[in-house]
Amino acid sequence: MSDGEEIGARFRRFQERLADGSVGAGGPERPLERGVGTPGLDVPGRDWSPKTQRREPGGGGEGGRRGGGRGRGEREGITVPPVEFSSYYGRPILKAPVWKHDIPAYLFTGGLAAGTSLIAAGADLTGRPALRRAARVTSLAALGASTYFLINDLGRPERFHHMLRVAKLTSPMSVGTWILAMLGPAAGVAAVSEVGPLLPSRGLLGFARRIAPPTGRVAGLAAAALAPALATYTGVLLADTAVPSWHDAYPELPFVFAGSALLSSTGAAMITAPTAETGPVRRLALAGAAIELTASHRIETRLGLTGEPYREGRGGRLLRLSRSLVLAGAAGALLGGRSRLLSVLSGAALVGSAVATRFGVYHAGVDSAKDPKYTVVPQRARLEQAESDTDR
Amino acid sequence: MAECHPVGFQWVMEAKRRGAKVFHIDPRFTRTSAVADTYVPIRAGSDIALLGGIVRYILENELDFREYVVAYTNAATIVSEDYQDTEDLDGLFSGYDPETGTYDPTSWQYDGHEPHGQMGDAPVQRETASAMQHESHGPPVPGETERDETLQHPRCVYQILKRHFSRYTPEVVERVCGIPQEKFEEVARAWTENSGRERTTTLVYSVGWTQHSVGVQYIRTGAIIQLLLGNVGRPGGGVLALRGHASIQGSTDIPTLFNLLPGYLPMPHHAQHASFQDWVDSIAHPGQKGFWGNAKAYATSLLKAYWGDAATPENDFGYDYMPRLTGDHGTYQQVLAMIDGKIKGYFLLGQNPAVGSAHGRAQRLGMANLDWVVVRDLFLIESATFWKNSPEVETGEIVPEECRTEVFFMPAASHVEKEGTFTQTQRLLQWREKAVDPPGDCRSELWFFYHLGRMIREKLAGSTLRRDRALLDLLWDYPTHGPDQEPDAEAVLREINGYEVATGRPVSHFVELKDDGSTAGGCWIYSGVFADGVNQAARRKSRLEQSWVAPEWGWAWPANRRILYNRASADPEGRPWSERKAYISWDPEKGEWTGPDVPDFEKTKPPSYRPPRDASGVAGIAGDDPFIMQGDGKGWLFAPAGLVDGPMPTHYEPAESPVRNPIYGQQANPTRKVYRRSENPINPSPPEPHSDVFPYIFTVARLTEHHTAGGMSRMLRYLSELQPEMFVEVSPELAAERGLEHLGWAHVITARSAIDARVMVTDRMSPLRIEDRVIHQVWLPYHWGSEGYSRGESANDLFGITLDPNTLIQESKVGTCDVQPGRRPRGPALLDYIGEYLGRAGVTPDHYPPILTTDAVTKSARKKED
Amino acid sequence: MVSADSLFGPIDPAPDAGYVDAPPRMGFFTDTSVCIGCKACEVACKEWNLVPDHGLDLLGMSYDNTGALTANSWRHVAFIEQPRPLGRQTPALAGTPTGPSGSAHMAEIASTTPGVPDTDPGLPPAPHPEPAGRMAAGPEFLGMPGTDLPGRQGGGERTDLRWLMSSDVCKHCTHAACLDVCPTGSLFRTEFGTVVVQEDICNGCGYCIPACPYGVIDQRKGDGRAWKCTLCYDRIGEGMTPACAQACPTESIQYGVLDELRERAQQRVERLHADGVPEARLYGHDPNDGVGGDGAFFLLLDEPEVYGLPPDPIVTTRDLPDMWRRAGVAALTMAAAVAVAFVGRS
Repeated sequence: MSDGEEIGARFRRFQERLADGSVGAGGPERPLERGVGTPGLDVPGRDWSPKTQRREPGGGGEGGRRGGGRGRGEREGITVPPVEFSSYYGRPILKAPVWKHDIPAYLFTGGLAAGTSLIAAGADLTGRPALRRAARVTSLAALGASTYFLINDLGRPERFHHMLRVAKLTSPMSVGTWILAMLGPAAGVAAVSEVGPLLPSRGLLGFARRIAPPTGRVAGLAAAALAPALATYTGVLLADTAVPSWHDAYPELPFVFAGSALLSSTGAAMITAPTAETGPVRRLALAGAAIELTASHRIETRLGLTGEPYREGRGGRLLRLSRSLVLAGAAGALLGGRSRLLSVLSGAALVGSAVATRFGVYHAGVDSAKDPKYTVVPQRARLEQAESDTDR
Repeated sequence: MAECHPVGFQWVMEAKRRGAKVFHIDPRFTRTSAVADTYVPIRAGSDIALLGGIVRYILENELDFREYVVAYTNAATIVSEDYQDTEDLDGLFSGYDPETGTYDPTSWQYDGHEPHGQMGDAPVQRETASAMQHESHGPPVPGETERDETLQHPRCVYQILKRHFSRYTPEVVERVCGIPQEKFEEVARAWTENSGRERTTTLVYSVGWTQHSVGVQYIRTGAIIQLLLGNVGRPGGGVLALRGHASIQGSTDIPTLFNLLPGYLPMPHHAQHASFQDWVDSIAHPGQKGFWGNAKAYATSLLKAYWGDAATPENDFGYDYMPRLTGDHGTYQQVLAMIDGKIKGYFLLGQNPAVGSAHGRAQRLGMANLDWVVVRDLFLIESATFWKNSPEVETGEIVPEECRTEVFFMPAASHVEKEGTFTQTQRLLQWREKAVDPPGDCRSELWFFYHLGRMIREKLAGSTLRRDRALLDLLWDYPTHGPDQEPDAEAVLREINGYEVATGRPVSHFVELKDDGSTAGGCWIYSGVFADGVNQAARRKSRLEQSWVAPEWGWAWPANRRILYNRASADPEGRPWSERKAYISWDPEKGEWTGPDVPDFEKTKPPSYRPPRDASGVAGIAGDDPFIMQGDGKGWLFAPAGLVDGPMPTHYEPAESPVRNPIYGQQANPTRKVYRRSENPINPSPPEPHSDVFPYIFTVARLTEHHTAGGMSRMLRYLSELQPEMFVEVSPELAAERGLEHLGWAHVITARSAIDARVMVTDRMSPLRIEDRVIHQVWLPYHWGSEGYSRGESANDLFGITLDPNTLIQESKVGTCDVQPGRRPRGPALLDYIGEYLGRAGVTPDHYPPILTTDAVTKSARKKED
Repeated sequence: MVSADSLFGPIDPAPDAGYVDAPPRMGFFTDTSVCIGCKACEVACKEWNLVPDHGLDLLGMSYDNTGALTANSWRHVAFIEQPRPLGRQTPALAGTPTGPSGSAHMAEIASTTPGVPDTDPGLPPAPHPEPAGRMAAGPEFLGMPGTDLPGRQGGGERTDLRWLMSSDVCKHCTHAACLDVCPTGSLFRTEFGTVVVQEDICNGCGYCIPACPYGVIDQRKGDGRAWKCTLCYDRIGEGMTPACAQACPTESIQYGVLDELRERAQQRVERLHADGVPEARLYGHDPNDGVGGDGAFFLLLDEPEVYGLPPDPIVTTRDLPDMWRRAGVAALTMAAAVAVAFVGRS
């Protein structure tokens, strides 16, 4: 209010304008230009406009200089925010997953177990005993790790068996629990059957030695039958949430995980099995790489805003790392020939890529849940789309 | 109201749903403003200017309910020709004595009336807050008065009122209150348009209104508006006080005040009421009209209730057992006396003065100088721990090792752990059943005092000392029950109701009380609450099973009347003013007053009744005089007596104000009660220099989430977490001016103290333009103290002690302060810091702001000489 | 086991869950236009349900020191200060010597204060402060030009001021993702159509937390289990009113038969429009919305996201059948790849 202006004058003008309906005619100023007023008698020499300057959380108890450096006369740079939306004090609308790193770790070990079960079956049927043995053992180890991770992540681990109270198709976690519950024993038997040859040829143990191979084969094939489900249901596990970047990616996630399951398992096989027997494994690695790369590329391109977390931040970094490891590993698998060393190195690269993929996808989702942008903007767009549709 | 009375506020929201328009006038934009149709910001302490503006608006536009005003108020009455108005004396009324700082109200009298006995003793009246005795009855004025019902006589109240408020134009309201004229007119129009024959408006204020050096006059102005608009004694009208917490009305009816006895009988004064007869006469005023004619019956019955058989006509019913007032024994005088070592012991019952009373520092220093203090509360509050945990311990003014005050903490039972009554603002007594037994050693007040009395009487048993008679002769025979010997609360209510001494039969109405000692009664206005031996306060008949007035829910004093002076709901001839607002009316067939409520009038006195010339008491009230407790039966627009600070309200600045009074040379209330002591420095105000050292106005208030001094909320996690820290709310403009950060620290400084608070920058606070200056206001919640889950510094530490002259209530809703970013100095450095401010403000131990800031008196005195 | 239409679209949940002659579906209608922000609902809920306190944190979010619905706060009253008018309200500060609004500034600082230490994820800070500023700065941020009154813009003086309050609670969705994804059956549908966690079953797998499209359900640290509003299952079973609705002084929180509440809400919003409050709108009342309608719905005075509510939530399980199909295809692809790899030349 300029000095000496008659008191209430603005209010009168305001009411007149209300009366003649001219109110609202003037378009709004950009908020970003607000508050650049100069100090005056009662217009503060202080910028009250929203800032895009980031404030690190913490220090809340102390208060004091929080939002520091906003002293009189100071001006932070004002930059135009990328997308405009509002949110209650900018806080997340969704609750981000409370899972610890057990879950992405499980995504990896589960995929590894599934892939190795398949490879073991293949090796068994095509007469590659060393590969079969290595794969079966890896598979059992991976399943053991998976079970540990799943139980360890529970808020009440001692109640893990409550998972077996019900079987619900609507709950991917329930489905996964039952897959594991069935696949575990099969893979276990298959692995144990590998001790057959070490047993004495006579007596009760001799009997065991004789029936070990056929039992192992049956169990191994049973495990292999369930394995693809174990590798791909985890895609649904993540997608069946309100987490924007996970849910929107539901068509691709199962393929990403299938691909990366093949990569991890072939990688493990290349490390543990003699190169003489890993020919099919190398071909399989290339297939896995193809599946994974295509699917993750589609995610990053098709999704739009909710694809962002797959390109930026922790998620983006890990997925880029994963991609380069895949390429390196695949190249090694293709050109490595019979070199044991190259085989081990490229195997390690493939395993690493799988780890990076799972953690990358996990973090991308968590970040998308923590930023209200990914919740509000797409839903707003959807509403506006719906409106314009009804208008038409 | 939404902030402090959310449950009662449901009815405002209900009314809003039905189309009512809600206005909210407050220095702060509160949760009430959020749902109001119009929010009106106002400068704290300028209410009389706003209300006076509305009075003028009514008179200038002749919007008053003329028939009502002429017939039922003293508008037509002629006032003495010696009367001089503030218009003549630059803000003073005639009769001001600069020596005592009080008025001789002789010149305020109705024309041709000799001043009555007490009149000269204005100083004594102020010392003893005797105006409060008039809460339920008018002060003495003779019945017959000169009247000009054309309202043209220059000295008739109507014309005096018109002239007195002529200055309060919308422009002046804007300049004084900072309220834009359009908003003022919006309020005035709504209020007046919603009043008259067909409609009525209720004025509801909260007790913050009383906490000003002109508090009584705030409410008087509201009452004048309501009388002019015909909003008194009619359904939907009246002036209601929302009290600070449960049963405050009850604690004035059966008072916790030094100067009153139950039923608003005055506490005897050693000089004025030397004998029983003096005392009774001072209430009844022989020859005086109105219901106080029977005062002797009420007084006698009270003494009989105290001393039973020991109270006989021979010993004036034990009148000499009664303690006597010798002057001001108000709570603040007491505290200062403690500091001077004149008081040795202190009982605190559900009260936390260390946080809840003005000038916390004085409160705590006083308590630290006692021999003993008894604290009865639900939790260990600041008033029980001040000696080891208080700002004064930090500054070294209280040394725990040396503080000799012995604190007895007595855990108290909460309201659900004991039975009894609540009396709320509408004078409604509602009985409470006990829900659960109190835990551990917690006991009810009733238990505490009954057994305390019992033990003292046992200790004194056999004493022959005269001074012990009063205690030994007390009627102290309440039945007890249960393992804890809990006294029977209903037996107490029965005694309050009153009974025939001979038969023990409870009386059913105060007219049954006798002055010969044949009846006893603890509080005459409550007579009837135990009619027919039935606890009427416990009635809970559904509203669906009775009339819309619901007379059978609880019991309202007096005589279960729900609307006082309801004779005014009918016109002088006894017909309803309108069908819509019909309530009590005269039934010529039956020859009695009828309606859904108990008529506040002699049931069979016809509208045509005119008292014989020499009639006194009830008989002196005419058939068209609704205000039966008033000597002249009229509602008083102009108060010829009974008020210490003037017959009409006038805008005075608060004792601490950054602005010069824009209306008169007299800055602040010239009769306000001040204590000129070194521990009670007052910030300078114009015309004194250096008022700019404390440039901002501050007010304190309550949050929904906490309860008064916090004793019942800061101790509870579920409540503490909702408002976990002490804060100060500032406008963006002030934040910019002082460099305050939202959620950062700031400290608020006055001449008394400085306290820390977190900063809340909010649009809800806005600066105001007063005269040609921009004035900033801040507000602080006063809930916090040094105990509990949620701790913080106490806003009441910022206030000094300045009192309303009529009631001795402190001005604790407005003061001036400075606000600075960051935290205050700790420890002894705080005292130096305050000292530095005092130095700059020119406040020294021997200098106090002048009371009189106009030379009008001396001028007019000179005129007289010429 | 589950038919696809049980996963989406308007249904009556209790019968769908297998209750024979279930009582009518009960719910909440929260009318924020009469909320006075007294927080009695928060306290009454905690008292009745013995919910732990959420701690003493001054958040600076106006009078909101609770911050969000968490495992330790099953009712949450939001406070929003905006330099905008409320309906035909007279501009609150018109004629006072004000500068630009400080609301956006206040909201930005408050957007990062930490709070609610005992729950997970509880109340995380805002990743960016601008959305807080836009929430509090007025309509121009929502891309609705031409609705401004003079004096509300930056640089000029603020004249308008409104203070929105709203008591948030679990929505008790018709299609409740938390319930559908729960692997233990701890979350279940009551005969009243509400959704309740059985604390003796929950093993803290945490799946329900990211599944909720409203960000309601939350994990209690130390305890490990998920907690949320039960719509006072133990009270309504006895014909009593839920604690929050019982305590609400202004009937802002109304409890009753959902169909009746929906009718009442419709009348209320029409009444408000007639009274010149065009911004009044219902939220979560529509059985055809993304979650099949909420059991607890609201009358709001601004966009849902301003109150921290998703503007157009869709239950994730709507796409579940499709998800399983995709997973199946992926599984077959994987198996085929293995087969090809091994069967090919050796």
